[in-house]
Amino acid sequence: MASIWEYANPKKFIDTTDRLLPFIAVAAVAALVVGLVWGFFFTPEDYRQGSTVKIIYLHVPAALMAINAWLMMLVASLVWIVRRHHVSALAARAAAPVGAVMTVIALVTGAIWGQPMWGTWWEWDPRLTSFLVLFLFYLGYMALWSAIENDDTAADLTSVLCLVGSVFAVLSRYAVNFWNQGLHQGASLSLDKEENVADVFYHPLLVCIAGFILLFVALVFLRTQTEIRARRTRALLARERLG
Amino acid sequence: MISLLTRDMRLAVRAGGGFGLGLAFFLIVVVLVPFGVGPQSGLLARIAPGILWLGALLACLLSLDRIFALDWEDGSLDLLATSPVPLEGLVSMKALAHWLTTGLPLVLVTPVLGVLLNLPAAGYGPLVLSLLLGTPALSVIGTFGAALTVGIKRGGLLLSLLVLPLYVPTLIFGAEVARRGAEGLAYTAPLAMLAGITCGAIALLPFASAAVLRINLR
Repeated sequence: MASIWEYANPKKFIDTTDRLLPFIAVAAVAALVVGLVWGFFFTPEDYRQGSTVKIIYLHVPAALMAINAWLMMLVASLVWIVRRHHVSALAARAAAPVGAVMTVIALVTGAIWGQPMWGTWWEWDPRLTSFLVLFLFYLGYMALWSAIENDDTAADLTSVLCLVGSVFAVLSRYAVNFWNQGLHQGASLSLDKEENVADVFYHPLLVCIAGFILLFVALVFLRTQTEIRARRTRALLARERLG
Repeated sequence: MISLLTRDMRLAVRAGGGFGLGLAFFLIVVVLVPFGVGPQSGLLARIAPGILWLGALLACLLSLDRIFALDWEDGSLDLLATSPVPLEGLVSMKALAHWLTTGLPLVLVTPVLGVLLNLPAAGYGPLVLSLLLGTPALSVIGTFGAALTVGIKRGGLLLSLLVLPLYVPTLIFGAEVARRGAEGLAYTAPLAMLAGITCGAIALLPFASAAVLRINLR
């Protein structure tokens, strides 16, 4: 009976992801090209925002992935704490820089979008502020990983930090809501059809989101493989020095 | 546990370390702010709650790495960990000692510094109350950060980076209570939130800190 825990074996993980990676990567590039070209060149301009509305195709998927990357790290950290599978800890480590970059993309495209629309690059709006806090969490998480020499200790400490950080990230989200009313609009995407943006923008946006998700998966697979191989290389070198 | 507490406090006060440092830093920040923003009393009165909260938070941050670092260096942390006192208790006592030597003095001098910043009369009660409720959370969260970075040489910068986002909710609610108090608005809602954060942190974080410390002492 095949189970997901088989992939806790690094060899099995590398073999499987090696086979999947080309497909995922190609699909990610295809979805991104189709989604962005469709979004940038074949959608009408918004009647109030003009062409600036097209930033949505980068901004929304990046913001979505920034949060989901942290969520994935949380799950991977839990798996590491409970079942102590090294691949899981390495996957969490591999996802952090990707998530941090997504956060930066969301913040930067948001600033570029905000300037013509709200007349300001930055506003202490709840959503913007909580993204900045999320970015700080990513920075702290990555810094802690790289500061500790022992791999297992680092994995343990960062996992606990990820758990505690998640609680405080949610707390900050509600705290900033309390603290300031925002300029940012509410959710424009939801399963509830009523709240969505108009279909002409919605369909290319969905393709872009799929592209970002595939891109994230591909990058995390690739980076996890790299981590596994780097660790193996270190083990081999250490063994050579001993023998 | 009581003897542990008294030991830590005696060390903090006598060794000329965190005790004076935090207070002096707080004093410096508050005294220098008027030079930085200008002496208009209206402006000072408006930013006073925020400045006082920020100063207290930074003064707390300054003394965090002393919580475990000295005990780690001379090996007494290992001895304490093998003592019959559970590690959670040890961590809580460390946090309490940190609060008694850093947080409480800060709360006590705040009214005096409030005068310097021309804080409105209505603001003193809420400000002191919010600091009294909020600084224990700062100490407990800081102890968690200190436990995380205890094994790292010169982990001060990392410690600040890790603790900074964790301090955000406490600072927001604390400063909000003080601000609303100074402006004469109702402040029970943020005060309740602040108390909730503090109680939650005191109840749960010692377990995380102890777990982290156990990993670091392995």
